[in-house]
Amino acid sequence: MTAVLEARNIVRDYHVGGGLFSKPRAVHAVQGVSFSVEKGKTLAIVGESGCGKSTLARIITLIDAATSGELFIEGQKVDIAKDSLTPEMRQKVQIIFQNPYGSLNPRQKIGDVLGEPLLINTSMPASERRDRAMAMLKKVGLSEEHFARYPHMFSGGQRQRIAIARALMLNPSLLVLDEPVSALDLSVQAQVLNLLADLQDEFQLTYVFISHDLSVVRYIADDVMVMYYGEAVEYGPRDAVFADPKHDYTKTLFAATPRADVASIKARLAKKAAA
Amino acid sequence: MSLLEIENLVVEFATAAGQFRAVDGVSLSVEPREVLAIVGESGSGKSVSMLAVMGLLPWTARVTADRMEFDGSDLLKLTPTERRKMVGKDMAMIFQEPMASLNPCFTVGFQIEEVLAVHMGMTRAERRARAIELLDLVGIPEPAERLGSFPHQMSGGQCQRVMIAIAIACNPKLLIADEPTTALDVTIQKQILDLLVSLQEQYGMGLIMITHNMGVVAETADRVIVQYKGRKMEEADVLTLFENPKSNYTRALLSALPDNATGDRLPTISDYLSDDATAAGVAP
Amino acid sequence: MAETSAAQPVSLDPSRRRQLAEFWYYFSENRGAVIGFWLFVLLVIVAILSPLIAPHLPYEQYRDAVLLPPMWEEGGRAAFPLGTDPVGRDMLSRLLYGAQYSLFIGVVVTTIALVGGIFIGVIAGYFGGWVDTVIMRIMDIILAFPSLLLALVLVAVLGPGLTNAMIAIALVLQPHFVRLTRAAVMTEKGREYVTAARVSGAGPLRLMFRTILPNTMAPLIVQATLSFSSAILDAAALGFLGMGAQPPTPEWGTMLAEAREFILRAWWVVTFPGLAILITVLAINLVGDGLRDALDPKLKRS
Repeated sequence: MTAVLEARNIVRDYHVGGGLFSKPRAVHAVQGVSFSVEKGKTLAIVGESGCGKSTLARIITLIDAATSGELFIEGQKVDIAKDSLTPEMRQKVQIIFQNPYGSLNPRQKIGDVLGEPLLINTSMPASERRDRAMAMLKKVGLSEEHFARYPHMFSGGQRQRIAIARALMLNPSLLVLDEPVSALDLSVQAQVLNLLADLQDEFQLTYVFISHDLSVVRYIADDVMVMYYGEAVEYGPRDAVFADPKHDYTKTLFAATPRADVASIKARLAKKAAA
Repeated sequence: MSLLEIENLVVEFATAAGQFRAVDGVSLSVEPREVLAIVGESGSGKSVSMLAVMGLLPWTARVTADRMEFDGSDLLKLTPTERRKMVGKDMAMIFQEPMASLNPCFTVGFQIEEVLAVHMGMTRAERRARAIELLDLVGIPEPAERLGSFPHQMSGGQCQRVMIAIAIACNPKLLIADEPTTALDVTIQKQILDLLVSLQEQYGMGLIMITHNMGVVAETADRVIVQYKGRKMEEADVLTLFENPKSNYTRALLSALPDNATGDRLPTISDYLSDDATAAGVAP
Repeated sequence: MAETSAAQPVSLDPSRRRQLAEFWYYFSENRGAVIGFWLFVLLVIVAILSPLIAPHLPYEQYRDAVLLPPMWEEGGRAAFPLGTDPVGRDMLSRLLYGAQYSLFIGVVVTTIALVGGIFIGVIAGYFGGWVDTVIMRIMDIILAFPSLLLALVLVAVLGPGLTNAMIAIALVLQPHFVRLTRAAVMTEKGREYVTAARVSGAGPLRLMFRTILPNTMAPLIVQATLSFSSAILDAAALGFLGMGAQPPTPEWGTMLAEAREFILRAWWVVTFPGLAILITVLAINLVGDGLRDALDPKLKRS
């Protein structure tokens, strides 16, 4: 099985300051990260704010260029700093953002939101675009009547579904999901996770799933990578990482996650009664 | 006597599409030194009900209740002046977005001392000393230097600590925490929750924890109320709620936790509520 | 994410009518705005129907009725309800026809300033860098001149007349639109839906004008209404100085210019055009105020 995505030593530096009042300094957002993901699998990237996971997501999605390092998509080397992005390559990787309230154009009807990728990249006639958009809308669990509505008429969970539908319009092979369920309620989160699992099975999609929620990661990931201050401090199959975390930060992260099970409640209450 | 006693609280908002009932007949009580968690998803009315108790809702809201008493005084009959004396002193609240809850134009020290000046009538030296004491209490290193910092110079976790310091400045009897850790990282979340619980024990405050995270509930609460679409679905002590939930909605919430997942797909609310819609009186 | 305010009961009917109804709900909260709106509608109707409702022609001079006071004063005549001007033309008719000119000026000037300003502002906001710097410095230079002075200079160069006055005023109003648009574009540029459009393959042109621009319209609409009234005022001022519409055009500002020497002798020649300008500008400003309240999402109640 060839890797759909392969990254070697990705580095991303930002240069801040350097104006009249401050010295320029470099922020090392991503420091030499390497990983690979195979077709149909899910890589979960875990970390807290400032660890560089969103920066890495933008690099993988070919929005920003890496300062150095190599990126291979479906075996092909891609470097957007050097060569401009071909439409074929653009279609291969799509992204879903965290905030369902910001990722849809408030002034665009849903039907147009879904049809736009086709309008830009293909020469399909309007009727065919419409049919495709309607089919995808139904596939993510919405219905015909939603086609002509505006984003503000939908709930957070529904908007994420629309975002997912939009991402799939161009038949990508790789989907980057930047905390897609973090802003959603628990019950809605379950629905969206189910949908993502179904779509992955149906379209053989490869996911790079960024999250800070370990319970979600444990549920959907095949491989896990933990990031801390721009470095990948832990990388391996899910079960191995969860059963036996090697790095201190990973252990801290696991320990800090609140546990919602009966045994820990009993332990806590017992400790309180004893005190 | 209960610290806070609410009976049949109804909050309605006037909107472009008519009256909207955000809270529909919720009753609850909090004992002194107790940690009560109010759990619900968005739209459940959990924040609105507490804002109604504090008197912080906009003018478009209409608050009615059979009873709403705090520490013996009738909240429904308070004049605005009397309410202002109480809010921030005996009853305090902290909010979800720590960066947005602090005034960006003023230093942290100024904001803490402001609360002290309004409610406690201390001299300037006393206020400063108490502010340093509070910052130390909430775990901010080098508190004396920090007095002159602005909110944007501090991290989210530190801002939330400052918020807590402001809230406990006047030794309130009741502290309401509205999703205090939702916007924070997991490791910081743990620190803030530990801080809240330890302060609650130390000062003997009642603590109401509003959250949508069942993990937070499991780790902090004594008693739990589950709300859905403005109504109370279930009320139980924390162990009973997790071991033996009575309401279908609670069961649905607990099984939607990825940790509790059995099999390939997560069960959703509709799996639990579709037949139960009439019993709950609401549709999911 | 849990919200601290009530969940939103949004209207599910996306049709234009429902959107308009919702807009009107917020707009009508502001009594002044509604009054201003109906006044403006009245003005438009008057302007359109002026040939039908004016008792006389605006250019017709009645030699035997020179400088007649309004009809409720001593010496006035019912045939000339608001009196006549120094050469015997009916004030009421001239005012009614003048409404056409004022509206025409407002519409043309605002359109030119708006279209030009938006175009330049979008480019400045989107590209940033040296393009932005150059454009904004040019706008700063234009803004540094007192607007009327700049308009005067332009008119002096191009020659007096209504068309040249309108061009001059439009040029002077443009930097406001450029600034607003640029600021709004810079804010929206970083939003996720723009990145999402870019990931869909959208190029700069589409991003600028199809994705970002529609989301920046609210402050621009408000500015447009305010510019409308500014345009009328500036045109009146230029007319007053003799550099705008030339007599015998019944433009309100020009009428004021002709009446300068009669302020004490025949108050009605000066007062009525002045009142007309005042009422029109006030109405438009009230509408602009109401529009801003209605279009600002932060002030929305539900």
